[in-house]
Amino acid sequence: MADKPFIHPYIPNAAPATKEAMLSELGLGSVEEIYAEIPERLRFKGRLDIPEPILAERDLRKHVMGLLDRNTSAVDYLNFCGAGCWQHHVPSVVDEVINRAEFVSAYCGGDYSDLGKYLSRFEFNSMLAELLDFDAVANPIYDWGDVAGRAFRMARRITGRDTVLVPAHISPMRLMEIRTLCQPESMPNSTKIRFYEWDRETGMADLDDLRAKVDDSHAAVYWESPGYLGTIEAHGAEIVKMAHEHGALAINGVDPITLGVLTPPGTVGADIACGDIQALGMHMHAGAGCSGFIAFRDDDPVFAQECPLELYTVMETKTPGQYAVGEAIAERTSYGSRDQGVDWVGTASGLWTIAAAVYMAVMGPQGFKELGETCIARSHYAAKLLGEIPGVEVKLSPHFFKEFVVSLDGTGKSVADVNKKLLAHEIFGGKDLSAEFPELGQSALFCVTEYHDQADIEKLASAVEEVTA
Amino acid sequence: MSETPQEKVARLARLRRDGGVLRDYRSPRYDEPFIMEQGAPGERGVFVPLAEDGVKKAVGEAADYIPEGMARAAAPVLPEMSQHQVLRHYLRYSQMTLGMDLGSDISEGTCTMKYSPKLHEELVRYHRAADLHPWQDEDTLQGLLEIVYETGQYLKEISGMDGFTLQPGGGSHAVYTNACVMRRYFEARGELGQRDEMITTIFSHPCDAATPKVAGFKVITVMPDENGYPDLEAFKAAVSERTVGCMITNPEDTGIYNPQIDKYVEVLHDAGALAFTDQANANGILGIARARDAGFDACHFNLHKTFSSPHGCEGPASGAYMVTEKLAPYLPVPVVTKVGETYHLDYDRPESIGRVRGFLGNWLCVIRAYAWIRNMGPDGLREVAEISVLNNNYLDRLLMAVKGVTRPYAEGHRRLDQVRYSLEELKEDTGFGTEAVRDRMVDFGIQSYWMSHHPWVVPEPFTPEPCETYDKRDLDEWAATIKKVSDEAYHEPDVVREAPHAQPIDQMRRTEAMEDPAQWAFTWRAYKKKVLGRQGPA
Repeated sequence: MADKPFIHPYIPNAAPATKEAMLSELGLGSVEEIYAEIPERLRFKGRLDIPEPILAERDLRKHVMGLLDRNTSAVDYLNFCGAGCWQHHVPSVVDEVINRAEFVSAYCGGDYSDLGKYLSRFEFNSMLAELLDFDAVANPIYDWGDVAGRAFRMARRITGRDTVLVPAHISPMRLMEIRTLCQPESMPNSTKIRFYEWDRETGMADLDDLRAKVDDSHAAVYWESPGYLGTIEAHGAEIVKMAHEHGALAINGVDPITLGVLTPPGTVGADIACGDIQALGMHMHAGAGCSGFIAFRDDDPVFAQECPLELYTVMETKTPGQYAVGEAIAERTSYGSRDQGVDWVGTASGLWTIAAAVYMAVMGPQGFKELGETCIARSHYAAKLLGEIPGVEVKLSPHFFKEFVVSLDGTGKSVADVNKKLLAHEIFGGKDLSAEFPELGQSALFCVTEYHDQADIEKLASAVEEVTA
Repeated sequence: MSETPQEKVARLARLRRDGGVLRDYRSPRYDEPFIMEQGAPGERGVFVPLAEDGVKKAVGEAADYIPEGMARAAAPVLPEMSQHQVLRHYLRYSQMTLGMDLGSDISEGTCTMKYSPKLHEELVRYHRAADLHPWQDEDTLQGLLEIVYETGQYLKEISGMDGFTLQPGGGSHAVYTNACVMRRYFEARGELGQRDEMITTIFSHPCDAATPKVAGFKVITVMPDENGYPDLEAFKAAVSERTVGCMITNPEDTGIYNPQIDKYVEVLHDAGALAFTDQANANGILGIARARDAGFDACHFNLHKTFSSPHGCEGPASGAYMVTEKLAPYLPVPVVTKVGETYHLDYDRPESIGRVRGFLGNWLCVIRAYAWIRNMGPDGLREVAEISVLNNNYLDRLLMAVKGVTRPYAEGHRRLDQVRYSLEELKEDTGFGTEAVRDRMVDFGIQSYWMSHHPWVVPEPFTPEPCETYDKRDLDEWAATIKKVSDEAYHEPDVVREAPHAQPIDQMRRTEAMEDPAQWAFTWRAYKKKVLGRQGPA
């Protein structure tokens, strides 16, 4: 390698003649003269100990594909695991759009030169707003847990109070992200998390416990629908009422793909909604398909002013009828005011918002309605078949959308054991809840969507029956 | 433009060499209505599966499972549109997006907009990358875990560090992870009550100030001395028994390498504090200088930017966070480990900060970074750095010849990967500042340039970064374009004042909507209420 020039296809100016010409234009003998800016004691003297390059594209492709082939995908096998990252069908037209080189490669280009990116973003916000029944949607960031933590901090700033009430059956993973964002309680500006109980029969909020706990020290009451354990929360409006009676905000975590058939957070009366857009046209990507959103009422500007994420407004141009999109009240972000901003923002998940825009546009109201009905029907069909297996019991309420808790206690088998055995049937079983919710015993959270047809579900049921027998 | 073929060849040959001859560019302009205003009742873009008769017979109506009051009463007001019409709409939007692949993202300093190989896109779209569930049995994710683990080993070598996480979903997220790791370190030592101040510099990225604030710290920002280096005396004065650490960049946004960086680290260590360096822009130092060798306890890389993963309209991205042994116990869970020939997700880490994101991380970006590093090898990475630095210095020579352009600080020193220039002189002479120049340059097919993070310490700033992707002709063209706009500012001011002229839209108006609650409209329904409602029908 060292003997001949390294002219990589991605490094045009490595061509010796060009390099010479540029150096000579600069009056330099070598690039080392530029690196003289770095003192000797700080220079790395050796050669990096990483593998020699695989140069030919064909060889590199074979190598990486070979590694990827050591994975088994949710296309190779049937997957019934959800728990925050769900397998829904991704229409091909969604992938076609987000695989466009312009969108794949764009970054923070300008209002004019990257206009299409900004228009797509505004349309994403606008369509998600219709699903949620809110007037304001901010630019999404990492995932649901992240935006929940940010929404809690937003509520803290708006109310001047430091405690948020959270349902005790929130996803433990989500809670870990929230706790990291809310700071250790020993710190003076931490946001405290307190829990209210859930009804063990229905999986919904325990309203009596919430009523007993909520008081004027709370910045917000948070609830989810569907919750982590799958149940659709029937008492959103009562939770909102209780929160508001004590001057607290009502924050609703929601999976927007349910909103073709379920009452949206804006209609329920929430002040802020948050959740994940992954179901809206993203492949799972081992969890990288996630992207968290925040939406809110826009009748009081304090919500926008305390919003932790970037906000984009539609604008006009000097030509009537033309629209542009610009960042609004940017001063409050970390890009506008560094540590004086309300939170921090950074490169997040822009491409996924374009995917979700295409998804919402092709689905339309009818698509969302039908998808919701199919998810409910097929997940209940799966629950019915699984519940008929000796020793297998479906727990919690019948009010679920696509996920439900299945107890294997009666079979004497562990979830881990059953899931291992299901692999031989080319099935990824439900998420093991035994460590997260010991009180549920050997239970798993199964996820069935429109992706799974009747035959898939019947295959699951017969496999579970076989491995639990 | 009317010209003979010979003239055209001659023009193209001179294209980037002469400020008077530039790309004859017109952006696509489709006059496309918002999608919310398109379609017709009953149209649809895709059929979704319906429950089979056998399913319906077994479970009945879906509506019966929705709790009372939770059935949506009014359908969402979404487009009803056929598939081709939706596709065409977004293809038009893509054409009205220059992006990096079409444009000249030399403009995007601090962002390292390099070429993202197309092979990588094929890899990440493969179902054994795209259609993986994060909770699959780890035996079925061995290929992905190997890629992540090995990428971590390479990044350890490149930084000199001992431990890594690829959980953060972007550069700022990795920087935030650092603030949380430092917090946990001092919490474990019982010093969190005492230590509550983080030090950064004004030329470090805003996230180096904002994320420690979110983590609960007070932030002290050190300003540059007359040479552009963070003022060492001011830095020393800021360090005390209250100091958690520093979160700083080197080279900073100015492109100036701080040759005394190890002295700053020493000051911190002497006070029992920690040192982190933000290496979002490591392009100029790959294989040249390592964070560990300057004494840092932690650093990060952006796998987008430096390691080739594309930006995707601002994400998904990936921040690689690297630490020394001392901080490794505090990394977020899970950590990817290798035992024998198998790879594992290790959650049993009692000292961990917990999580900064759900599941595993944006590992599609890691797949790309892995492929890129494997394609470059040790000499390739070094060549990337050397050519980036050469390109930057070559462009610098061209830009310093442009009237109205100045380069504050560190006269007599060479910059590494980027430079923050000033158009203050141009503004004094012509009234046109950096925003006006930016909005005219785009008319020549040049991506809208990055000015500066806030605050503008350098007046009327712009920050190009001509990384290794660009050839000499690209650099010549970029310089010629800004020269052309400078000439226009002096001699044809109306052209600049009314710019842009060749973009998908004309000059923006109604800027008050960006600040006024009565006018801002974050969604179309808000716009319909606030603006169209007031002004009459659309």
